[in-house]
Amino acid sequence: MTTTTTAVQEPARVNSPGAAGGSGRRPGRIRRVGLPYLLLLPALLLELLVHLVPMVIGVVMSFKELTQFYIRDWGTAPWSGFDNYKVSVDFDAPVGKALLHSFFVTVGFTLLSVGLCWLIGTAAAVFMQDNFRGRGLLRALFLVPYALPVYAAVITWVFMFQHDNGLVNHVLHDQLHLTDKPSFWLIGDNSFWALLIVSVWKGWPFAFLIVMAGLQNIPRELYEAAALDGAGLWQQIRRITLPSLRPVNQVLILVLFLWTFNDFNTPYVLFGKSAPEAADLISVHIYQASFVTWNFGTGSAMSVLLLLFLLVVTGVYLVFTSRGRRTADV
Amino acid sequence: MRSIRAAAVGAVTMSLALAATACGGGSSTGGGSNDSPKTLTYWASNQGASIEVDKKVLQPELEKFQKQTGIKVKLEVVPWSDLLNRILTATTSGQGPDVLNIGNTWSASLQATGALLPWDAKNFAKIGGKDRFVDSALGSTGAEGKDPTAVPLYSMAYALYYNKKIFADAGISQPPATWAELIADGKKISAKGKSVLGAEGGNVSENIHHTFVFAKQNGGDFFTADGKPDFTNDKVVAGVKQYVDLMAKDKVIPTGDAEYAQNQSVSDFAKGKQAMLLWQSASANLKSQGMSDSDYGIAPVPVQSGTPGTGTQVNSMVAGINLAVFKNTKNLDGATKFVKFMTSDDEQKILNTAYSSIPPVKTAQGDAAFNTPANSVLKNTLATSAAALPQVASESQFETTVGTAVKNLFADVAAGHAITTDSVKAELEKAQQQMPAA
Repeated sequence: MTTTTTAVQEPARVNSPGAAGGSGRRPGRIRRVGLPYLLLLPALLLELLVHLVPMVIGVVMSFKELTQFYIRDWGTAPWSGFDNYKVSVDFDAPVGKALLHSFFVTVGFTLLSVGLCWLIGTAAAVFMQDNFRGRGLLRALFLVPYALPVYAAVITWVFMFQHDNGLVNHVLHDQLHLTDKPSFWLIGDNSFWALLIVSVWKGWPFAFLIVMAGLQNIPRELYEAAALDGAGLWQQIRRITLPSLRPVNQVLILVLFLWTFNDFNTPYVLFGKSAPEAADLISVHIYQASFVTWNFGTGSAMSVLLLLFLLVVTGVYLVFTSRGRRTADV
Repeated sequence: MRSIRAAAVGAVTMSLALAATACGGGSSTGGGSNDSPKTLTYWASNQGASIEVDKKVLQPELEKFQKQTGIKVKLEVVPWSDLLNRILTATTSGQGPDVLNIGNTWSASLQATGALLPWDAKNFAKIGGKDRFVDSALGSTGAEGKDPTAVPLYSMAYALYYNKKIFADAGISQPPATWAELIADGKKISAKGKSVLGAEGGNVSENIHHTFVFAKQNGGDFFTADGKPDFTNDKVVAGVKQYVDLMAKDKVIPTGDAEYAQNQSVSDFAKGKQAMLLWQSASANLKSQGMSDSDYGIAPVPVQSGTPGTGTQVNSMVAGINLAVFKNTKNLDGATKFVKFMTSDDEQKILNTAYSSIPPVKTAQGDAAFNTPANSVLKNTLATSAAALPQVASESQFETTVGTAVKNLFADVAAGHAITTDSVKAELEKAQQQMPAA
């Protein structure tokens, strides 16, 4: 199998225009090949400036003992080697234990949130495929949570989740009598569910938008042919829609995962500087470890660990999904 | 071809410009200078009912200062939720205001960063000398034995605010002087369907201010004499438990207050839903929420027994705002003049009246405006029964870790979990382990 593929590809390579050019006119060629890179240079430098430099500084900070005594002049902060990392991953000690707990909370939260966002978004997009009266209005309505500024949206949820005067308790307790007494949503164990609800509410329209765009590329004829062959709605979704959406979903899930895992705004606006233990997401946890206790070294070390974790997950994910795609293409 | 060359030149120029801006922008970390003597930037803390109120109070005074000295002061009122972060960011970047307000409890922590101008004898002489200020206020300006990191601007103390009508309806003739009396009164008030006492269970700083006093009244200190955290000693645990028990066991604080963090308890009191409030200098705030001065009374915060005083009879922290000069200022002389202006007798009277606080300047304190019944309770508390929060470098971390521990304990109560000495101790243990080792 492999030999045939290489044999087929070989002649194509010979015919490629790059190989045809001789090595005669060097300077001209450098100019021609170099110009695109030259034009890319400003963008590259900006990229370095905006992304890489702060990242490198962050990594450097994680090896320093950057506490309140040194923040005024970072240069004087003593190097601490791997001490900050040791503190962060010593899971028997309170700091490491809290970080590990926060990590597990974040993983659970991310899995649930991404799963629900994807499910609701895809379901809505599939149902919105058929033309009906008011479709445009509904589509626009669905996108509202995504378009709202995060702060305004989440602070509204804070009001709704309040114990004494919140809408949620008013409906659940006062009107439907589902609970014996009003529940606390912003403190204690319920805070996890409050956070999940807000996160899904805010995130699913994006999944909806992307899947809707992906659906436009699936030829109608496929469905017509399947219908002729006697496939029901469920079979059409399973055999045509989902496989055709595969490349879209790969990117969508990855992006949703990264955004949700790193989400800072939602928990911060919902719970303030110190989140309840049940909803202690890692980004707020790191913020607290650095800003609230003024220990920027440990905070940076935790950030670097988070970065490494996300890199590994992303890498593994990409390797697996792209391998799947390559075999699917052949 | 020409256009390609132009594009190439453009690309190179832009790259060079970018590289240059990337290298620039560094700040000097040296002391202050007088490079820009005509302007000052001032970060004020939010003292009034809103940021707008503060601007209205301060702007006319800043114009007065400009008339006197020709220096224009750019005012920014920074909300409390942002102030400490803004100061930290200014410290790390070296780009900050010239003059700023700080919560007096942060003095020692900020002192440790070295970002603020130390007030040695020479600097104090420029504003009329250290003797102008009240001792209790000077006690919250930095670690002992070091030059103060800021000068006192407004002084405040906690008091018990009570709703006269609810008290009369419940048949209570005078405000409670001890916690036992408060709890007994609470039963009568609950019987009338009103909530008894407000608290901000989710507000880390409020939790600290109260548990500090409760620990003192139980004979406990959060720090050892040499400044090491000691959160789990029996007396501190007893103090913290006594405060949380006001909700858990004594039922005087409603469980709903466990999630309060935006001064909702002040609103509850102003609206007449709740009989009592422990707050610092609340008059101006209550007035802005529509509660008239005659509707409530002010009494000293209760103690365990006897009357307020020192030691275990302490019934308030020394609350207040200090004025500091950022060491990197480009207008050192102007900044000093501004501090002198703000701590002058006239300005002290105007500003402290507007914010219903007490002037930390001796000569201003004698003014008739500060002898009203409300102010005399606060003044008396500051003079006789208030203690400064620990002036240690890790004070800010202490506020956060212990304040969060108390927040968690309140959340436990709200969720219906029992509060025991062991559970309080476990939370405090966790808080202590998060403190910096130094």
